[in-house]
Amino acid sequence: MAETTKKIVQEIKIDLDKCIGCRACEVACSAYHAKPRYSSINPARSRIRVIFDDLNDVYVPIRAGDYTPAECTGRHTYTINEKEYKECSFCGVACPARDYFKEPDSGLPLKCDMCVSDPPLSEPMCVQVCTCDALTYVEREIEAGPEVSREEIEIGLESMANKYGWKRVIDTVARMSNKD
Amino acid sequence: MRFAETGFDLEIDLTRGNIERVKTDPGLTALHLGGQGMNAKILWDRVGPEVDPFSDDNLLIFSSGLLHSTPVPGANRTCVDTFSPQTNMYSHSLFGGFFGPELKHAGYDRIIFRGKAENLVYLFVHNDKVEIRDATHLQGKGALETGALLKEELGESEAQVAAIGLAGENRVFMATIEHANSSASRGVGVIMGDKRLKAIVVRGTKDINIAKPAELFNICNPMYREIYENEDCGDTMAHEDDEEFHVNNFAWGNARARNVGFWNAEREVRWREITEAVRLRWTGCYNCPKDCHQAIRLPGKQTYFQKCYSKLTYAMAAYEEIDFNYDFLAVTQEYGLDGFSTPQVLAFAIELYEAGILTDEDLPDFPESGGDRFYYLVEKVVAREGVGDALANGVYHAARQIGKGAEKYDHNSMKKFEQVPLKLGMINYPYFLMYATGAKMNITQIEGSYPQVAIADKEERQKFVDRWDAAPKRFKDWFLSWEPRTHPTVEASVNICDWNETMHYIDDSIGTCAFLSSFRGQFGGRPPYHIYNLPEFISLASGLDLDSDKLWEIAARNRNLVRAINIRRGLRRVDEKPPEDHWKKRDPEMEAKLLDEYYKFKGWTHDGIPTKETLDKLDLDFVSDDFLERGILSASEGES
Repeated sequence: MAETTKKIVQEIKIDLDKCIGCRACEVACSAYHAKPRYSSINPARSRIRVIFDDLNDVYVPIRAGDYTPAECTGRHTYTINEKEYKECSFCGVACPARDYFKEPDSGLPLKCDMCVSDPPLSEPMCVQVCTCDALTYVEREIEAGPEVSREEIEIGLESMANKYGWKRVIDTVARMSNKD
Repeated sequence: MRFAETGFDLEIDLTRGNIERVKTDPGLTALHLGGQGMNAKILWDRVGPEVDPFSDDNLLIFSSGLLHSTPVPGANRTCVDTFSPQTNMYSHSLFGGFFGPELKHAGYDRIIFRGKAENLVYLFVHNDKVEIRDATHLQGKGALETGALLKEELGESEAQVAAIGLAGENRVFMATIEHANSSASRGVGVIMGDKRLKAIVVRGTKDINIAKPAELFNICNPMYREIYENEDCGDTMAHEDDEEFHVNNFAWGNARARNVGFWNAEREVRWREITEAVRLRWTGCYNCPKDCHQAIRLPGKQTYFQKCYSKLTYAMAAYEEIDFNYDFLAVTQEYGLDGFSTPQVLAFAIELYEAGILTDEDLPDFPESGGDRFYYLVEKVVAREGVGDALANGVYHAARQIGKGAEKYDHNSMKKFEQVPLKLGMINYPYFLMYATGAKMNITQIEGSYPQVAIADKEERQKFVDRWDAAPKRFKDWFLSWEPRTHPTVEASVNICDWNETMHYIDDSIGTCAFLSSFRGQFGGRPPYHIYNLPEFISLASGLDLDSDKLWEIAARNRNLVRAINIRRGLRRVDEKPPEDHWKKRDPEMEAKLLDEYYKFKGWTHDGIPTKETLDKLDLDFVSDDFLERGILSASEGES
């Protein structure tokens, strides 16, 4: 069996009670990810958004996660400390059900990259400007399985298979290779 | 490319239903920046002195500040300007929150409304899509409730809404415009109602370009922490449970008398308990680390936001216990009523009743307690029912409409507008000037850079001055030689008034919050933004070539333009006096001298009219031409 390795997990902890709803995180994120860097400000391009429902005291900063082509068929409503939260308020997915985490011009999905840069930042930008500490940054070391390196063709084939199923891929490869 | 601003205005004709996107002149930005300065230019150009505030030709302008949507922390105050039916003068208000930045992201620096809709409407702006829509289904809805309903109806949870409540709909002069955690007061809500405009909904997803992005971000990033940790800025009093300052120093009832001794340890404990029980959280405005606004929820009532000075104003005006205030605010916030003037109007009505000027005929079944009377009166005022119709016009006009000696009870208004309920002993020179000559209708919008009181201990005084980065040298010298309970010299007083108001004119054109700058220098002397660091923020954001002198000159230009607008509508020296009984001990001779010297310093005539020389030097030739043509300036005064 291959050796396990250590891996650093970057995490932004969110304290909903501390958020004052100032959206400085959105401003800083959009500036940092603008090209060239800081060249424009636009919270709509931010990879962190504060989900707001001020009359119901809902202030949830949420980080952009993966893209999904389909919205959920059913959703939960959570009641926490007598307050109702929609499941979407906690969900970082760029999905068709809402406008969050999509480039406003192209509609392409946005994803938080923890402000990866060279040299690295001390903390992601959103955390740096969050003076009320609703957002805090932590790094955790976890045990990870052996790193498996894969060839590019494997990754490509896998995505073909995800789309069409292995059977069609194999049949097509077989049919096409027979032509030679 | 335009930096920091979008370069476009939205022109909405509510009478004809016409919508235009109009490119603006970047030259004007260099002259006036944005916000109040640009609004003043538009009002001067387009609303003549003959225009009645309630006519179609009056404009209502919502303007972002030049620094909105840049990374500069704390730039979020939207500026609303129009002409007030209460004063028949220029009317200016500001509100925090998120509106101005959102408007800019939609692609507009300001929205200019003219005309009146036939029925209640709202404006929907989503980037390039702009529509005037029917709002009759929102008639009578609360101000914040309207925002929530519109966001739901439009499926625009991220939109920002500014709306009026029933008070605005019924053209109550004290009506506010409510947005998120903030309100615009001082006589602008009434015009929104008069134009039959219930709300503005804005959603914007466009970029704002910055002239020197990396450099600007570099100086902005440390500001978050500096502002957050600076205990001398933000609404410091909002966070205190000890309300002794306001409760003991401000006059109760209809701005009548102090109630010294009311505040005590027991009440302070109870006040903390009450407040903690109703507060959901502290909230902030766009891109600002200070949390100056309380989200308040009372059982069975809708959430509202308490900010600034309204904490106990209703309880004090009604001579009620402290419990009363949050309950009553829940009502007035949804009606959209100003927490400064409304308490005085209601208390004024109670005084008239007690004096027998208003009778049981005017106020049938009038309750006994101050609190119950306030609940009773506020309904009448908001509905403009019976005597409420007169009261809804503010103390000055109500007194004259009611007559029978009611005029005597109008003792705290100035230029027909209710003032802060302060009743003091000895006249204060700089404050005399600020009250008398200010154009922003409320002392909090005029004072703020120079400390209100001297420091007795010489060493402490020196220490204060040593770290007073915000102050030009002459003010440091004056402060060092200022002994407690003495008057600053006339020269110092004139300069103090000038500096104080100048900083507000800067804030109100770039959209930064007075709690971070123009209002906060007077307590602690450490405002995060001041005349020496602001030019860099503005230059890096906008590309304008600015230094402190140039910025001061722009503020002077805007100040003189606002002055000119009021002068053209008839304002003169004779109008420039504080409320009759604001100070017990007056000094008419000194007051005249102060006005003389202030006018001279400003380059105004003996009657307070900016001279041609002053105007031309500030590139306001179009004003001096107009003044000469109208005979406001005679040829000889023009030359002086």
